[in-house]
Amino acid sequence: MYDYSDFDSAFVRERVAEFRDQVERRISGALTEAEFLPLRLRNGLYLQLHAYMLRVAIPYGTLTARKLRQLAYIAERWDKGYGHFTTRQNIQFNWPKLRDVPDILEALADVQMHSIQTSGNCVRNVTADHFAGAAADEIEDPRTTAELIRQWSTDHPEFSWLGRKFKIGISGAAHDRAVIRSHDIGLRIYRNEAGEVGYEVMVGGGLGRTPMIAKTVREFLPKADLLPYLEAILRTYNLLGRRDNKWKARLKILVHEAGIDTVRALVDEAFAERRAKMGPVNPALLAEIDAAFAAPVFEPEVPVPPLVGAGLRSWVDTNVSPHRVPHYAIVTVSLKPIGGTPGDVTAEQMRLLADIAEEYAHDELRISHEQNVVLPHVPRRNLVAIYDRLKQAGLATANFGLISDIISCPGMDYCSLATARSIPIAQGIAQAFADLDQQRDIGPLKIKISGCINACGHHHVGHIGILGLDKAGVENYQITLGGDGTETTAIGEKAGPGFAYDEVVPAVERLVGAYLDLRREPGETFIEAYRRLGAAPFRAALYPDEARSDAA
Amino acid sequence: MARRFQPQMATGNDLLEGDVVYFTSRGEWSREIGDAALALNPEAADDLLARASAFPNQVVGVYLVEAAIDDEGRAAPAHFREVFRTRGPSNYPQHGRQAERSDV
Repeated sequence: MYDYSDFDSAFVRERVAEFRDQVERRISGALTEAEFLPLRLRNGLYLQLHAYMLRVAIPYGTLTARKLRQLAYIAERWDKGYGHFTTRQNIQFNWPKLRDVPDILEALADVQMHSIQTSGNCVRNVTADHFAGAAADEIEDPRTTAELIRQWSTDHPEFSWLGRKFKIGISGAAHDRAVIRSHDIGLRIYRNEAGEVGYEVMVGGGLGRTPMIAKTVREFLPKADLLPYLEAILRTYNLLGRRDNKWKARLKILVHEAGIDTVRALVDEAFAERRAKMGPVNPALLAEIDAAFAAPVFEPEVPVPPLVGAGLRSWVDTNVSPHRVPHYAIVTVSLKPIGGTPGDVTAEQMRLLADIAEEYAHDELRISHEQNVVLPHVPRRNLVAIYDRLKQAGLATANFGLISDIISCPGMDYCSLATARSIPIAQGIAQAFADLDQQRDIGPLKIKISGCINACGHHHVGHIGILGLDKAGVENYQITLGGDGTETTAIGEKAGPGFAYDEVVPAVERLVGAYLDLRREPGETFIEAYRRLGAAPFRAALYPDEARSDAA
Repeated sequence: MARRFQPQMATGNDLLEGDVVYFTSRGEWSREIGDAALALNPEAADDLLARASAFPNQVVGVYLVEAAIDDEGRAAPAHFREVFRTRGPSNYPQHGRQAERSDV
């Protein structure tokens, strides 16, 4: 676990004191709302539909028991006893009062956490593979790179007022679990033919109103060149990116309009200059960060008790993934109980997860962009005990990667930008497929729901994507098909006309029914069947009336 | 043809608490939508927004919303977003304004 240096601690404390002063000045009227707004956003404080919302960064999704307990304490002391994990590995508190926010930030600083750069036009919380350091297919832990970028980008004077928000995602494994091609900058750590470890650098990805898949700007970047190269990209974007139109101000638009070759030439030029000035990344610093992410001391292999009971066995089959150490496992704790709110966790559940991590899993937890909690280092002998403890707390839903493991943004139940609700749609779908045996029969299927075009719910990369819109004063939902957020990234295609609120769950049921009829064999997944057959048979299932009139 | 003018109410969020509030005919802010002043023509709407905007250190993000008048003469927001704002999150009936009221 990376520990704050004295510099980090002093910086965060100073920032809290500064914000406390800004809040006092806002309350006294010395600051207007127009003056205060960018200041509060830079500290992750939003004003939503019903209340303020504080977004707290969980860098690269990594938590310890102590940190999670502090989040539980904050939820109970200053909020309504729960938090919501987001697709950027952040946690959101939905009900803080303005006067309490400086105290909350102080409590976060006590455990080396903060809410800096979780909002605003700056480099946002850097996200990484939630299986980092544990995955069997990993080349290198991406969190060292993520932490290096966090240190470099936090309060970077040149990049504090970008044209728009800027997102970086990192994967160090063969399988992309971090949606890196949907980021402004995606970094893939890999070993080249010469045996050196470096980065494939991708730029101009993004979801939102104009979804784009990132393009490779550099096939192989040596590790030592990372910061000058990132600085070259940011500088190119900062100078040339549009600022005339909020919707055109992202890097993806620059890459799209200028073309990747032009962007590459500009970045290379800036890179030569930056590298000469900055020099390579300090190897001592890198080694220090690396050491902070060293794996725990793995315990020796001991006999594992047999897995007795259908519930336990299903949970192990579904929610337990292979670890790089064979007698260890990665456990995904689903925060998608049937009928619950995706990503929500109560203070009590947070404390239980902290206890489990401490007692059974080397005191480490992760938050995934899919809004689940991960225990990355679990000796297999502890699976039974963990399952029993989770089950008592309603946290043992065996649906990881299945149809009810839905990503959902808060939507119009909370968010002031939303154009429709997301959460009740997710709840309705999960309830319609409540039977876990049926879910397992359907197999891997990713449904992702956003309540507006900003696409926080990643609907573009859902196998089934659902986008809530306001159509002439009524909630209306567009369905997209065939999206994919992994190394085979694809943007889903719009299936056809939108559906009314009450029509969405039946539409998804028809889609799944069509898939079950069409699949070649039970092992062919929804996305594989879609790729083999194309959209037509799925569209026909979504719009049966149209299909009938065509046939007539 | 111009769209028929709909009655308007002024709303915003309380600076300290964040709560949804409505501007009343007494020239104050209230958490009760039933207290909201109604503007029945465009001039009155401009005037309502101007008066409601005079409390920059008490209420933020002031704007006008369309109201629908029911058979008993009570005003309710016309748009679903504003209806949700009168209640709270639909996933947790125990939170937000809906937790305190029996009429929603």
